[in-house]
Amino acid sequence: MSTDEPAGRGPAAPADGTVLSCAGVRKRFGSTEVLAGFDLAVAEHEVVVLIGASGSGKSTLLRCVNLLEEVDDGTIHLDGEHITDPRINPDRVRQRIGLVFQSYNLFPHLSVLDNVTLAPRRVHRIVRAAAEERAMTWLSRVGLADKAKEYPDRLSGGQQQRVAIVRALVNSPRLLLLDEVTSALDPELVGEVLTMVRDLKSDGMTMLLATHEMGFAKQVADRVCFLSEGRILEQGTPAEVLGDPQQPRTRQFLQRIIESGRL
Amino acid sequence: MTGTAAAPAPSEVQRGRLAYRRRQTVKSVLVAAGSTVALGLILTVAITGAPGFDRVRESFFDPKVAAETLPDILVGLWLNIRLLVCCTIGALILGLLIAVLRTLRGPVFFPFRALAIGYTYSFRGAPLIIVLYVLTLGVPGLRLAGTPSVVVLGGIALVITYGAYMAEVFRAGIESVHPSQRAAARSLGLSYRQSMRFVVLPQAVRRVTPPLLNDVVSMQKDVGLISLAGPIDAIRAAQIGVAEHYNFTPYIVAGALFVLMAIPLIAVTDWVTLRSARRQSADGAA
Repeated sequence: MSTDEPAGRGPAAPADGTVLSCAGVRKRFGSTEVLAGFDLAVAEHEVVVLIGASGSGKSTLLRCVNLLEEVDDGTIHLDGEHITDPRINPDRVRQRIGLVFQSYNLFPHLSVLDNVTLAPRRVHRIVRAAAEERAMTWLSRVGLADKAKEYPDRLSGGQQQRVAIVRALVNSPRLLLLDEVTSALDPELVGEVLTMVRDLKSDGMTMLLATHEMGFAKQVADRVCFLSEGRILEQGTPAEVLGDPQQPRTRQFLQRIIESGRL
Repeated sequence: MTGTAAAPAPSEVQRGRLAYRRRQTVKSVLVAAGSTVALGLILTVAITGAPGFDRVRESFFDPKVAAETLPDILVGLWLNIRLLVCCTIGALILGLLIAVLRTLRGPVFFPFRALAIGYTYSFRGAPLIIVLYVLTLGVPGLRLAGTPSVVVLGGIALVITYGAYMAEVFRAGIESVHPSQRAAARSLGLSYRQSMRFVVLPQAVRRVTPPLLNDVVSMQKDVGLISLAGPIDAIRAAQIGVAEHYNFTPYIVAGALFVLMAIPLIAVTDWVTLRSARRQSADGAA
């Protein structure tokens, strides 16, 4: 992967091109420790895929990075800026991170176009015409230009999820977080979302994904991380982790996935 | 269900079914007509045959008295209508404001939250008549300069009483919006206030429109209570007519006018409720 480009924006991007770095991140819900001292660095243009059983902390990590959850300990840096500092304005951080949810979470009372332009207009203060032009460029790129005036409930799951990804992308995020974006989709609709993520990868978008879809991991990941008990147990290229896992627990997990026919 | 016209000719079985259903429909129409006539007859006989019926008809349904008092009552009704419009707007704004105040977090907002909770607790419990008396009789008693008229004070009593109910309806609507919607809004960088304004409130208000309209229907008749404080509205005008003619007909006239006034409002409420129910079931099916 190429890490030689200067960082696009954001204060004081570190020279080594690290976009995101998590160090010793802990998060507990009640008595269960979901993240137990989690360490991870994501370089610019890198696509990192998190895999692991339900409850292994994948989604929690993404929510912590987007500051939707508060960490109990440890630090997270975005472009070298300490974003888990309580004095920081979380809205400003979130403006630089895109997050796409498993259940799309489009706004049902707004048309596709209004869903996509809400943040550009209200947060980034772009005038309506410019925001809509930009949104339409993205929508036509993913083949949804004719759906711009529709409301989300008239769209298929795959279309809704692609709109949700566009909604995150129009804000030109430094980092895109994808949380199980295909899990709610019928199998025949997974492909269209997968294609879109692959295209983003070739654009050089820095991404951190949580997924159960091993096909996803194989096709887009630069690095696959297997999470267990709130930590990365094993990581490497998709070939290494998925093809030749070293840890017994990784093998066990992949075995179960193969049995359920998802690999 | 009725679109069998252009389709291929129905089979023997289907024709049999249609014929059976037609016979059933005719039968149920006849039964309904019969039972309606029977009930009407029983009620008519029971009421007109009552020993005091002639006396009641004279003192409650005198067409001459009705015609004489109608103009005054209509003039009074105009006050009720204006009051209803102003109070509805006032109560909706107050209710929304209180509901939003109750959702605010952070230590700075503690007094506002406390005030909002105290308000919804007290004014949902306080009888409207008491609030009305306190405001229309008590406040002018303070003899402060610039005290508004009794009509305005009565309107304020209605607004703060109904505002408390509407605040709770709005709050229920706000809480019914799934947290993932707020998370999605915040993840885009919208502030708490922006997520509330552009994402949560529009959905909440749509959902609670039917119950809110129901509160408006309820308020439309309570607007008449302002007569207790003195202003000449429809009910007060009727009361004057009753005293002048020694006859209760004006009350019936005023009552009928209130019912007439409510019918369009109730029809709109039913229509909106039906529409939103249909939309929700369509969402569920999608």
